Amino acid sequence: MDIGTIILQDGTVIKGKSYGSKSAKIGEIVFNTSMTGYQEILTDPSYASQIIVMTYPEIGNYGINNFDFESDRPALFGFVAKNRCKTGKESHYQSSKSIEKYLEENDIVAIYDVDTRSLVKKIRKYGTMNAYIAGYDMSENEIEAKLDELQNYQSKKDIILDVCPKETYQFNKEGDINLAFIDYGAKKGILNSLAQRGCKITVYRADIEADKLVDKGYDAIFLSNGPGNPADYTFQIEQIKKLSGTIPIFGICLGYQLLALALGSDTYKLKYGHRGANHPVINLENNKVMITSQNHGYAVDETKLTNIMRATYKNLNDNTLEGFEATRLKIYAVQFHPEANPGPNDASVIFDEWINIMKANKNKQDKQVKNEK
Amino acid sequence: MKNKTLKKVMVIGSGPIVIGQAAEFDYAGVQACRALKEEKIEIVLVNSNPATIMTDEEIADKVYIEPLTLDCLTEIIKKERPDGLIASLGGQTALNLACELDEAGVLEKYKVQLLGTNIESIKKAEDRELFKELMNEIEEPIPVSRTVSSYEEALEFSKEIGFPIIIRPAFTLGGAGGGIAHNAQEYDEIVHGGLNQSPINQVLVEKSIAGYKEIEYEVIRDANDTCIIICNMENIDPIGIHTGDSFVVAPSQTLTNNEFQMLRSSAIKIIRALKIEGGCNVQFALDSKSKQYYVIEVNPRVSRSSALASKATGYPIAKIATKIAIGYNLHEIKNSITKKTYAAFEPTLDYVVVKIPKWPFDKFSKGDRMLGTKMKATGEIMAIGRTFNAAFKKAVASLEEKYLGLLNRGFEKLDDKELLKDLHIQDDRRIFRLAQALYNGENVDELNKITKIDKWFIEKIKEIIELQKKLESNSLDKDLYIEAKKMNFLDEEIINLTNSSKEEIESYNISPSYRLVDTCAAEFMAQTPYFYSTYLEADEASEFKEQQLKEYKEQGKDKKDTIVVLGSGPIRIGQGIEFDYCSVHASDELIKRGYQSVMVNSNPETLSTDFDIADRLYFEPMNIEYIYNIIKKENPKGVLVQFGGQTAINLAEKLDKLGVKILGTSIESINAVEDRKVFEKLLRELGIAQPKGCAVTSKAQAIEAVKELNYPVLVRPSYVIGGRGMQVVYNDEELLTYITEAFKFSNEHPVLIDQYLEGQEVELDAISDGRDILIPGICEHIERAGVHSGDSMSIYPSQNISRKNEKILVKYATQIARKLNIKGLMNIQFIIKDDKVYVIEVNPRASRTVPIMSKVTGIPMVNIAVSAILGKSIRRFGYGIGLYKKSNLVSVKMPIFSWQKLNRIDPALAPEMKSTGEVLGIDTKYKRALYKAFLAGGYKFSKEKQRVLVSLNDHNKVPALPMLKKLFKQGFFIMATHGTHKFLEQNGIPSKMIEKFMIDKLQKRMKDGRLSFIINTPTTGKNSQNAGFQIRTIAQMYGIGSFTSIDTAAAYLKAYKVFDKNTALDYETITNYRKKKFPRLFK
Repeated sequence: MDIGTIILQDGTVIKGKSYGSKSAKIGEIVFNTSMTGYQEILTDPSYASQIIVMTYPEIGNYGINNFDFESDRPALFGFVAKNRCKTGKESHYQSSKSIEKYLEENDIVAIYDVDTRSLVKKIRKYGTMNAYIAGYDMSENEIEAKLDELQNYQSKKDIILDVCPKETYQFNKEGDINLAFIDYGAKKGILNSLAQRGCKITVYRADIEADKLVDKGYDAIFLSNGPGNPADYTFQIEQIKKLSGTIPIFGICLGYQLLALALGSDTYKLKYGHRGANHPVINLENNKVMITSQNHGYAVDETKLTNIMRATYKNLNDNTLEGFEATRLKIYAVQFHPEANPGPNDASVIFDEWINIMKANKNKQDKQVKNEK
Repeated sequence: MKNKTLKKVMVIGSGPIVIGQAAEFDYAGVQACRALKEEKIEIVLVNSNPATIMTDEEIADKVYIEPLTLDCLTEIIKKERPDGLIASLGGQTALNLACELDEAGVLEKYKVQLLGTNIESIKKAEDRELFKELMNEIEEPIPVSRTVSSYEEALEFSKEIGFPIIIRPAFTLGGAGGGIAHNAQEYDEIVHGGLNQSPINQVLVEKSIAGYKEIEYEVIRDANDTCIIICNMENIDPIGIHTGDSFVVAPSQTLTNNEFQMLRSSAIKIIRALKIEGGCNVQFALDSKSKQYYVIEVNPRVSRSSALASKATGYPIAKIATKIAIGYNLHEIKNSITKKTYAAFEPTLDYVVVKIPKWPFDKFSKGDRMLGTKMKATGEIMAIGRTFNAAFKKAVASLEEKYLGLLNRGFEKLDDKELLKDLHIQDDRRIFRLAQALYNGENVDELNKITKIDKWFIEKIKEIIELQKKLESNSLDKDLYIEAKKMNFLDEEIINLTNSSKEEIESYNISPSYRLVDTCAAEFMAQTPYFYSTYLEADEASEFKEQQLKEYKEQGKDKKDTIVVLGSGPIRIGQGIEFDYCSVHASDELIKRGYQSVMVNSNPETLSTDFDIADRLYFEPMNIEYIYNIIKKENPKGVLVQFGGQTAINLAEKLDKLGVKILGTSIESINAVEDRKVFEKLLRELGIAQPKGCAVTSKAQAIEAVKELNYPVLVRPSYVIGGRGMQVVYNDEELLTYITEAFKFSNEHPVLIDQYLEGQEVELDAISDGRDILIPGICEHIERAGVHSGDSMSIYPSQNISRKNEKILVKYATQIARKLNIKGLMNIQFIIKDDKVYVIEVNPRASRTVPIMSKVTGIPMVNIAVSAILGKSIRRFGYGIGLYKKSNLVSVKMPIFSWQKLNRIDPALAPEMKSTGEVLGIDTKYKRALYKAFLAGGYKFSKEKQRVLVSLNDHNKVPALPMLKKLFKQGFFIMATHGTHKFLEQNGIPSKMIEKFMIDKLQKRMKDGRLSFIINTPTTGKNSQNAGFQIRTIAQMYGIGSFTSIDTAAAYLKAYKVFDKNTALDYETITNYRKKKFPRLFK
């Protein structure tokens, strides 16, 4: 059995068994507490350049199928779990290949037989760290050499361009609502959730300019999730600033963070982020609680909300802001993932609410147009 | 927010332990009471089960140990006027009672608010037809089914859907009376049985979806409509086997996220539609080849599964459900684990949990082991591991069997063809047959086809088997050892398989590390003192202990040494909830005395495995290797073994040999009692009589022995739990059959043969500090000797023992305690025959009767015993020494059996214990206490013409005469089998003769309800062809009371008299009963 190596920024070296790619990668190490949904996690573009530690120990049980991909290929750099299901032992009627084979094909470094609980505790204590993951047994010298690199490593500042589509495309050609969707590394679940609710969607690259979206007859603009530090994306923030107030805008995760920055608020890095399928979020308007799927390392600073913004959701665990709206500008956004995948579908009602807002706004506009005529 | 109008709340318990309703409701009830206490709400608790912790006076403000009947509860409500009632924590029993109270208008009349889920919702979940309607309304799929109230309707439906068909009676415990019918004959039987057992004469017949995956969700909802899933669980055994009888894993292993969420959403939709406020369990069937699923069942209350889910995740479901019942919302309740976040979140695990049921078939070797929709397990074990394999292997070690692993359970003798054929048998041993088949090299797909067990589980078990093979064919080295330990192979197993040695293993210097169960997979800092073992990972126990001690110090508490309390493992016949009561109290006392208490147990149902009980909890198998590892980790001052039943006692000698300090009564004394010769000598020296007897290790010795003892003799193996394998035999043939069987079961220990004395059986429990003893009271059995003490009705205080003999009993107990230097608890059983006292058994440990005796006398026996063990004199507790003064109350303990769940087991009382639980009748007068005991035991009393079938063996006829005369005099219509009829005729008692062999006719009478009860004393032998056996079995099937001891029958007649006189019963708290003779108000 091949040995794999993980080196943490704090100097910790962890050896485990390696599968998948035999290469080596440097990235941020984070953990996810979902007990199901490894396929969705592997293919969530928001994990671009990160090394994911799964807290749930048995991974790969039901193989990889053709239905639960969140994007075309994994963008993460490494995958760590206590155990993995060996090829041939996975069991599910939809399964088309094993997790071992999938990771190998996609050149992802993966390590198992690791004390993941201790690793998670370390991340919890020190916060998200840089880490090096190698699909081979690194020597002491190699490790020593990598330690410096780890201290200085910074992830790519334009990582969203790596995971966004190459060009504009139509996701759903028919629909009552004509939606412009900016893809910063979107999960398919979001597109599907919108399409199912009757949106005709045009998907744009992350570097689309604002004026290209004006006067195209769109009813609303949707900003997707995506990887990286929102504050790095100054170009995107500028575009959003230009658009805000002219058209209803909705955002999830990175989209939400960019909207906050565009409206003059601030974001900050969480110590070790929220990644999992069990995060309770309270609706500040009616005190209803939902269990949500989350994946974010940054949060919007609630104390820096501007006058036009109103907090709508908060995380019950750590009280961080999870949603805001600026109704005057018709801007609505949440930090968590109403599209789930993986995770509970509790928050899918948010799509319904938003669609209703889009529709109401559209009707109003149509009426105005009619009246003008 | 909290409902401020609630000042006083009534909590209904679940009554006696029966199959399908066990210790999980004591755990739930205690959590509920504690949650109410936190809110300063006065608690009125009613439960007929005296062995529970919830009926302790410190748990509730007012404790009524009274029958769980409508009449009784009505009276208590009238008297106590509670503002609210919590019925969702006492199992099906409490839920049904709440419905009855509501229907009778009692709740409305006395303005009692039903807290938590309302009656309408309960009915929607429980009534098959209403449930079906609701599911159709919210478009949740359920299997094609029909609710029927007659056999004719059922028959018609069967023609529409075809076999196999599942039959589920409405409102029964653990699916009692249900089953799967594969043909018309089975259908006839099960439908009839089911209709009969359903209190509303209703069964659901549905198309079988056997073979689907069975998935359960534990859901909590609050009034704010917040819904959370605590845990989902996957049954390794697919649909077709009751979830209580299934191997279960948490969380689900073979579901994609999509499927997991699909079912989660459905569960939430259902709980919302039902408007549940509290805990709820939803069971699904999921096709393994499509997204098709069905909702199978919804339990609108906490359940066995929620106890399991609580232990599997660390989330206290019952406690939170109670807070919700009194008005809180989930986001207002602090999370007791992180202490920072709220109860509104979903636990996530970083380990795997496996549950295995514990069945009574080791005891009832002739019982029907087939598993179906009717639950048969008496208890269960749970194991936690970092991987499925580790958890599964640990779970098997938790079963406390003589087997070391998955293999060599007799199936190795079968050839491949036979084994594959037998794999179709759905009984308790199927997984082990599967393991053997894997060992033999059978193909996984083939095994999946036969068993419908998901391939993933089979592959996992195969990994274990493969490692076993590797161990068999390689010599041991450190790497291989590590590999085996990661999968939790036992050292002994590894040594056997690799032919290595203990020394070799020790040289590797590998020990387990302990990890925390924290509900959140380490995402947040948590302080749960709840551990499980794993290998080659970081240890969290030492670090935790340090932190804990630091915190204690900060609170100004200076903690003394650590003491380990060994629990009693899974609930089984002969070792039930009473030992959990003892373990919990032992831990309480240790904490009170400033020690650090460490609890070890493997039972997820119980209170002892609540992480709030001890300073630290280790959820591990009650197996010597696991226990010793914990001891090495904890380095305690010593171990308490006398509170965890035979399980803990059996570990004592092994621990002692390893140099572990056993606190209390010494190993030598424990052994002295178990060793025939030593014990005989001891009694002889003390001049105490005992039935003559000897120990034999061969058939020849046995034959030789009875020549001297004379038949009948009592035979049993040594070192037993609940008299397993004990029997009275009357001739050589029976003796030899018995001996052959006994050696098959265990040949480590000899068989004991005793003279059988048919006298008055008496028992007492005592606490000794090595110098003095305190005897809280003496109990007298109603049935004559020959019936296991656990199955006898017993009376406290004794009613028929002379002062002289009482003094002798006390003298003997004192002598024995001194001689054995007993420190702690002791139980002695006596027989008084012809005014002579014989000692038949001494147990140097807590006994089954400790909770009862503690309650009826008010002496906290376990607490005093622990203090005595720790060196305190028992004199200082204010109860004096010797025999404590008699209480003002009279109590009658009544054993409760679970016959309706177990087929082909003779319900006749015998020296071998068969009951699963007990109730207590308490009053100021014996006869009323007796009547209450029968009421609590579910016996029916009716003013209608009572028809009784009497069939007695020759041995019993003459002794039965006084009882038979009373039977006639009290106006019962007697039917009798041939011999008995003749005997009655000779004695001038009229009866109608019934041919015994006309079983069909008898069955029809019972079916039509034309028989009130039967009195049938068994002829010897366990021959299932025997007519008496058949009569008894049919009676249990139709839920007709059957008395197999003439003494129980006589007691019933006495109770009937109380009923017949229309005596109004009073109900009082145990405290008041004990304290004073209060005026009777309604005379």
